Amino acid sequence: MQPLLSAHDLHVSYGAVKAVRGVNFEIRQGEIVAFLGANGAGKSSIMNAITGLVPTSSGQVKFEGRDITGAAPETLAPSGLTLSPEGRRVFGTLSVADNLRMGAFALNDKAALETAYKRVYDLFPILLERKDQYAGTLSGGQQQMLAVGRALMSNPRVLLLDEPSLGLAPLIVDQIFDLILKLRDQGVTLLVVEQNVAKTLQVADRAYVLVNGAVVEQGKPAELTASGTMQDAYLGAN
Amino acid sequence: MDIFLQQTVNALALGGTYALLALGLAVVFSIMGLINFAHGELMTIAGYVLMYCGIAGVSFVVAVPLALMASVIAAVLMERIAFRPVRNGSGATMLVTSFAVAMILQVLFQNLISTRSQPVLLPAMLSDSVHIAGMVIGVNKLAAIIATVVMLVFLDWFMKHQKTGIAMRAAAEDFAVARLMGIRANTVIAGAFALSGLLAGVAAVLWVSQRASVDPLMGFMPVLKAFIAAILGGLGSLRGAVAGGFLLGFIEIYLSAFLPPEMQEFREPIGLGIVVLVLLFRPNGLIPSATLKAEKV
Repeated sequence: MQPLLSAHDLHVSYGAVKAVRGVNFEIRQGEIVAFLGANGAGKSSIMNAITGLVPTSSGQVKFEGRDITGAAPETLAPSGLTLSPEGRRVFGTLSVADNLRMGAFALNDKAALETAYKRVYDLFPILLERKDQYAGTLSGGQQQMLAVGRALMSNPRVLLLDEPSLGLAPLIVDQIFDLILKLRDQGVTLLVVEQNVAKTLQVADRAYVLVNGAVVEQGKPAELTASGTMQDAYLGAN
Repeated sequence: MDIFLQQTVNALALGGTYALLALGLAVVFSIMGLINFAHGELMTIAGYVLMYCGIAGVSFVVAVPLALMASVIAAVLMERIAFRPVRNGSGATMLVTSFAVAMILQVLFQNLISTRSQPVLLPAMLSDSVHIAGMVIGVNKLAAIIATVVMLVFLDWFMKHQKTGIAMRAAAEDFAVARLMGIRANTVIAGAFALSGLLAGVAAVLWVSQRASVDPLMGFMPVLKAFIAAILGGLGSLRGAVAGGFLLGFIEIYLSAFLPPEMQEFREPIGLGIVVLVLLFRPNGLIPSATLKAEKV
């Protein structure tokens, strides 16, 4: 089966600094795939390169067999791929409902829009309660729900989640990981970047371990925990 | 008391015009981080359209929409031709580009139209006055106040309830994430310029209605004032631009009305002194933009 999203020899540089050096990955329909690694390992850079937020220096990204390397960010959400960015980045001066409306920007069909709202409000009833409130006044956990909800409004087949549990209370963190499983059941393929390794390995089907912008190991969670690479990746034994 | 009320009406009319111009600057600045000093030339273009319509005998009712259309089209072309190539440049690059656009247009007006001030035929009704509550109010002043209110209500509705308007607010707050949502960068930026062109066009009609003339440098002073108003209100904040525009209008009119005659020659420095004083206490302006620190395009 052809992978839904894949990268071949992906490189990302910020000036002289090489953040991603020759990364390859393949994500298949229905999978939950995690990118793990210490701060600065290049996880977020990969996410941003996939979505065109940072330029790719070389290599190729393919989505549903189509080359999307260097595509303008605004073309991706309508084609079924979107990102819930690190740090949530909700539009604080817009209402909750308007944030969601923006998530479905390309959607003009009224019925489809209603369905999208209903799906998000069913997943996060608190957002319905707060729909007229400015997003900036929500708590961190609610903002994270809004960020994910906003991404879901475009009805993505692939959703990239960048640090969805960062800075959230433990109880909310559990909800976020439940949500990841729930979204997979709804048919969304997920690529997750996370600091919370233990929880991520519980939900992920496969994971890639990154050190200094390169993949050092990949496999099923059980294999990774057994090999010891994980400790090295975080503690810097390489 | 009568004089005071009378001058307040004048202040509202002038302040409203400044507010519309400052809003035009703020709409573009909030999205691209560009202070468009060629905004004044959009006014001048609208002014010349009014002049030519007058010469051609086109009725004012038709001339006004034509003038507005001209400044909207000019604004969109300005973005497409001059600002899009430098969109990812530094703030200084964009600023210098806007000065270049302004100067090129001024020279074109001087060479192709006239270096001198040209009269604009206006309907006689505009120079009439009406009596309201014991005050004599010029129809042009009243029209300015009404036009300002209509534009502010329209803009508020557009930014709050129209998809494009909401997208412009989203892009002003976080351009990268807005694009991620599928909001096209070119669309919001062109939209912002079109809106600023409309605001400049309305301001031009009001400005010309007071002076009945147009010259190649007509746009410079009001836009400089609007820039001061935008800073006074809080750069990049739309509500701030309105507040700053009105405040500046009030300062100017009250000073020229109530400053003793021997002090009148110091009117401008005193007015600007008040602006500096306000900024000393509120360095980010009256109503600072919530997203000023956000990354621009």
